[in-house]
Amino acid sequence: MLLLIEQLLNGLQLGIMLFLMSAGLTLVFGIMQVINLAHGSFYMIGAYVGATVTLRTGSFLLGILAALPAAALAGMLVETLVLRRLYKKDHLDQVLATFGLIMFFNELTRIIWGRQPLFMDVPSWLAGSIELIPGIPYPSYRIAVIAVGILVGVLLYLLFTRTRIGMQIRAGASNREMAGALGVNIRLLYTLVFGLGTLLAGLAGVMAGPILAVEAGMGESILILTFVVIVIGGIGSIRGALVGALLVGLVDTLGRVFLPVLLRLFLSPAYADGAAASLASMSVYMLMAVVLVFRPKGLLPAHG
Amino acid sequence: MDKLLINRKTLSVAVGAVLLLVLPVVAGMIDEPYLVSLFSRILIYALAAVSLDLMLGFGGMVSLGHAAFFGIGAYVVCILSFHAFEGTALLSWPVPIDGHQNAMVVWPAAVLLSAAAAAVIGALSLRTSGMHFIMITLAFSQMLYYFFVSLEAYGGDDGISLISRNTMPGIDLGDDRQFYYLCLTALAVYLFFAWRLVHARFGMVIRGCKENEQRMKSLGFPTFRYRLVCFVIAGAGAGLAGALIANQTEYVSPGLMHWTRSGEILVMVLLGGMGTLFGPVLGAVTLLLVEELLSIYTEHWMVYLGPFLILVVLFAKRGIYGLMAGGNGNHG
Repeated sequence: MLLLIEQLLNGLQLGIMLFLMSAGLTLVFGIMQVINLAHGSFYMIGAYVGATVTLRTGSFLLGILAALPAAALAGMLVETLVLRRLYKKDHLDQVLATFGLIMFFNELTRIIWGRQPLFMDVPSWLAGSIELIPGIPYPSYRIAVIAVGILVGVLLYLLFTRTRIGMQIRAGASNREMAGALGVNIRLLYTLVFGLGTLLAGLAGVMAGPILAVEAGMGESILILTFVVIVIGGIGSIRGALVGALLVGLVDTLGRVFLPVLLRLFLSPAYADGAAASLASMSVYMLMAVVLVFRPKGLLPAHG
Repeated sequence: MDKLLINRKTLSVAVGAVLLLVLPVVAGMIDEPYLVSLFSRILIYALAAVSLDLMLGFGGMVSLGHAAFFGIGAYVVCILSFHAFEGTALLSWPVPIDGHQNAMVVWPAAVLLSAAAAAVIGALSLRTSGMHFIMITLAFSQMLYYFFVSLEAYGGDDGISLISRNTMPGIDLGDDRQFYYLCLTALAVYLFFAWRLVHARFGMVIRGCKENEQRMKSLGFPTFRYRLVCFVIAGAGAGLAGALIANQTEYVSPGLMHWTRSGEILVMVLLGGMGTLFGPVLGAVTLLLVEELLSIYTEHWMVYLGPFLILVVLFAKRGIYGLMAGGNGNHG
């Protein structure tokens, strides 16, 4: 029981990270109709800038404060220089050009920071653990990550439903030409949306810093999971991204822990562990395949 | 003008073929045996690229998971060989399957298994289109990637070595030159097959589906089946290339089917010229040679290749083969 609650929280925390990644990316997919493989690069930029500033100044908060604008600015720059030219092109071109961006950013970080991964510690004021539920201590840092994720979710909801710019984004998504004709500066809007997405990716990256190793190529492993989340949730849908992210986070985490236990019930231990490891790492992809077969547009499609 | 283009095209293909034919002889004369194994690798990637182009350039199916079939082909070779040397059975139930070293058995098995995997993945993926299709093919290939990563019996993450290359009656695959000519033959045969296919009724239907699937459906073609067959043929080609690459490097790891490998093969197709059969060959030659050359001067060659790729996408969509309208088929 203890293990179950702890793993549920771990799954929730992975889900929150995935939500931060996919919320921005699903907008880019849904609104601009662009496949952006380079989203993980902004996660990586956030992590590197955050880790560097944290290691230099000793303050994690300063690290976050530096990482967010770095990721957002890098995103807006890339949008202006490259992605803007790809909106009207077909998906293949977008895949290839953003693949080129990944190559560029991964190698650039290797040039700047070297091949050795950076390691950063959990800030001292978050180093302990809290008993959220009596008897079950859980690391405060991970609790903080979950709290930040929930906060971001609420802010995004308010941004989209309660503000003028949110309304314009929704208008631009459902009919680009009409929104433009009514005086919305679509170009600027797209750049801002893109910047918002990369800012969230940077936030996920800097928060992943103390949990994972900060290294070149770190963005790609989470990127693929992000795609799975977006496809499960429905392209362009933030609510879908939330549901998909939590689903993927939980399935991935719980699968890794409980599949070996489950399979040992009717297989020999050595064989069960091997099979469970394969099954667990494949589980989210199987989930995606099942969703696509029965609900090709995802669980919560954006339009209708 | 049209006739001139065709002439330049056939000329360039002929020049390219001759260059590839004499390459081992030249490499022997200038005492650079490394060139032979480098170009064997290039030819194998060219085969994978041509197979991808068959579904991408002609069928309009943008797959980001083609390396999965490449990897399956390679793993079939290594796993069967592993059991042949261990003297153990791969499967004892429901049908007994022993390890094998003979290429005449192993390679068809690699092709068949890749084709079967392509049939399953294709049948599920082709239910979707556009962005979803790209992502579901990507997800399936990652699924297989993680499957092989966690397959501890065959090396897991570290991969598995091929103790010795497969055997083939009359040909010594261990000899780099003979192996090179075998790769060249395999590529030529697949190209010929693809060329016949593209110009047959089947190819017309596939291209029709790319332009307007709805219309092809209205004309009464079972478009799903046509596209699936195209997907399977492409997967089989990649499987053959995988069997060859396992023999060439005598080693296979899950990295062979990582999604970035699919991206690389995609880049070869685009670089050479999508929707042409010889373009991907040219693309494979160019990309791998540029990689090889740049890595002499800097270990950070990707920092140049990335932006170059973006420029190609933005400004030279037709690829090298298309730009030169045939070009001179230069290989270095």
